[in-house]
Amino acid sequence: MENKHIKTLNQANLKQSAVKGGCGECQASCQSACKTSCTVANQKCEKKQ
Amino acid sequence: MIHKYRLNGYNICLDVHSGAVHILDDTAYDILDYCSENMGKDVPEKVYEELGGKYEKKEIEETYAALYELFENGQLFSPDDYEQFADMMTRAPVKSMCINISHDCNLRCEYCFAAKGDFGQGRCLMPLETAKKAIDFIIANSGTRKNLEVDFFGGEPLMNFDVVKKTVEYARGLEDKYNKKFRFTITTNGILLDDDKMEFINREMNNVVLSLDGRKEVNDRLRVTPNGKGSYDAIVPAYQKLVSQRTDKDYYIRGTFTKYNLDFTNDVLHMHSLGFDQLSIEPVVSDPKLDYSIKYEDLPVVFEEYEKLAKTIIDSRKKGDYYNFFHFMIDLDQGPCAIKRLRGCGCGNEYVAVTPQGDIYPCHQFVGNEDYKMGNLNDGTFNTDMKNMFAMSTVYTKENCRDCWAKFYCSGGCNANNFQYEGDIRKSHKTSCELEKKRLECAIMIKAALAESGDETDCDGEDCICSCL
Repeated sequence: MENKHIKTLNQANLKQSAVKGGCGECQASCQSACKTSCTVANQKCEKKQ
Repeated sequence: MIHKYRLNGYNICLDVHSGAVHILDDTAYDILDYCSENMGKDVPEKVYEELGGKYEKKEIEETYAALYELFENGQLFSPDDYEQFADMMTRAPVKSMCINISHDCNLRCEYCFAAKGDFGQGRCLMPLETAKKAIDFIIANSGTRKNLEVDFFGGEPLMNFDVVKKTVEYARGLEDKYNKKFRFTITTNGILLDDDKMEFINREMNNVVLSLDGRKEVNDRLRVTPNGKGSYDAIVPAYQKLVSQRTDKDYYIRGTFTKYNLDFTNDVLHMHSLGFDQLSIEPVVSDPKLDYSIKYEDLPVVFEEYEKLAKTIIDSRKKGDYYNFFHFMIDLDQGPCAIKRLRGCGCGNEYVAVTPQGDIYPCHQFVGNEDYKMGNLNDGTFNTDMKNMFAMSTVYTKENCRDCWAKFYCSGGCNANNFQYEGDIRKSHKTSCELEKKRLECAIMIKAALAESGDETDCDGEDCICSCL
């Protein structure tokens, strides 16, 4: 959505992802680069690759 | 629930439960204070009373109407529907494993959470037979999961590289039989890298994490050999060679920042100047009593530095200079599903760590804590009650997470940090939370800035791992 006052940056599909998600195939976050802090939102969805 | 904030000239609103991110003008940003989960179609009188002197009536009406439309579309103050899924959380197959292939290290980094390599358990290397049992364990406990992740960690894994190679060979030999695909990662300090090891790592490891703290003087202050010599000169040329031969597989140059280098933007830029573009630098996790610790009172300075780094990245990206900073990566559309976000890292449930002695722990950071030993590969024990406890630990069972705007981005934070510094895996580590929230604010702001500049394809298109910011 975009109008004079507000621009929405994304599709806001978090709720749909709850219904269709949970396959468990995606990477554990500590297997990427962190090892000391938890950042989950930057992981890739395995189904969407 | 929403989170609204101003950063770098942008008015940003995150609608927590839909994941929508809105960029607002000043009028909408101000009127948002008068909206709620119960907002109606008509402009509340209070808006006219309190903002009437600042904005025209017509402007207020059309702005409020736009906000109401978002509300009606489920993109503003959307309800929290997720607890039903959290209640259904059960044990998941084990599909990720950290193999501490070496409890020995050839560096003595001051801040090492592994007690300078041996996790407080004495210096030793994992025998091949134990490593094979680890592979057998993950296959046996992974159910129908196809993708299995194994990270060679330590200590310094290259000190036991022959066992690393034979373990990879062993696992590859079982992939077809069990319909599994192993994805290997290795984390190294680089001291023992040579051509043979680089060739093997680049062939077999989906990801390699190369430790470097940034500028030479920063790195060499804390990342030292047993006789106190800095490691920078030995490792940087090796990293450059490894990365130049890496093709399309992931890597990270990964550093730690401490109180000694709160100007860590300079370390990120230094890493990039060495020819690297996949970068991570994280705050040290340590006892606040130590000199180099990041303490709660340091947070304003760290926040300022994160903002500086974010602005620097935007400027670089607009000039076509690409580098990726791990903690600013966020994919607002294609990121992990909400189910994944409910319980985050999966430690103790989907993810475990094993030691050279075959002991099983919830993750690498719990290693050495006897209360959290889950079992042993040699005697076949595995504490499923503890596994269940971790499985049921979600953002809805952690009191400080339930009503936090960042709950679907950090997913409850690091259980090990929570335990170590707050005494309970369900009690959020406050300093870590504040840092994570600031990084998220910066990451979303970068998205806003790049969207505004029309550079929404915010990667270089070549070797981007593409959920990147």
